[in-house]
Amino acid sequence: MNVALAALFALLVAASAAADEALDTRLKALENELRCLVCQNQTLADSNAPLAEDLRREVRELATGGKSDDEIRAYLVARYGDFVLYKPPVKSTTYVLWFAPFLLLVSGAAAWWVLVRRRARVRANAESPPSDAAARALLDD
Amino acid sequence: MKFLRWSLPLAIFLVVLGFLFVGLFRDPREVPSPLIGKPAPTFALSQLHEPARTLTTADMRGQVWLLNVWASWCVSCRVEHPLLVDLARANIVPVIGLAYKDKRDDGLEWLKANGDPYRLSIVDQDGRVGIDFGVYGVPETFVIDKAGIIRYKQIGPLTADALKQTILPLVRELQRS
Repeated sequence: MNVALAALFALLVAASAAADEALDTRLKALENELRCLVCQNQTLADSNAPLAEDLRREVRELATGGKSDDEIRAYLVARYGDFVLYKPPVKSTTYVLWFAPFLLLVSGAAAWWVLVRRRARVRANAESPPSDAAARALLDD
Repeated sequence: MKFLRWSLPLAIFLVVLGFLFVGLFRDPREVPSPLIGKPAPTFALSQLHEPARTLTTADMRGQVWLLNVWASWCVSCRVEHPLLVDLARANIVPVIGLAYKDKRDDGLEWLKANGDPYRLSIVDQDGRVGIDFGVYGVPETFVIDKAGIIRYKQIGPLTADALKQTILPLVRELQRS
């Protein structure tokens, strides 16, 4: 009887430890993509600022209260704006941020292609020997 | 084509230059608050002077008011404090003081030493109401209208210019409506 109880207890402890660990890794991942507003180049996970501690506490409480990662992000964005997210959302005000680099890449590639083609044409013209007819036409003038 | 060859790189260069130039004069510490134009978060906080009594957001309905977030441990709060004392003397708009993450005794002592410009003071000991208001650095000052909507947020200490040019005109306009 006692052995069975002890085994059950051990099992429960192990299960809750595993759950704790899962929560910790989940929170760590989440805090790594949130910005600390006080020291702006640090994540919430890295920062020792008092506000970061409070926000970590808040995030943990929301998570243990059953909120999903997206809901926790939304909670922080409602208070601090998109700036708390290290990965900015794609929306009308951030289109330039997200798509301008690709636009520049594509236009750069296009410009390069046009230049290469033009240079190839110039070289081809230079290499083909002038025809006899053209030379005669010149001489006849 | 000849024209494009020099004008296009120049145009791109000027655009980049324009962005960088504007960026020189922007303060990265001033994060625009998403709460502007939204109802002030509801709170019920214990008063600084009378711990048994609370103040709630609803108590301030029907008047334009300022919420000044400060703390006795906050250095730049000392800079803006004389302006708040003057504002209280002019009796234009009620200012509620929120002692952010402060000990009650420290807050009371600080007000005794520096003057108490607040209509009422409340204490947010664990900083939760501060988080609801998106506070990330004290001092911060919110302008809240009669319907309880946040209209403006001053990040960092109040300045005479900010008061005269932005906050007081806004307060007067909100009081008329």
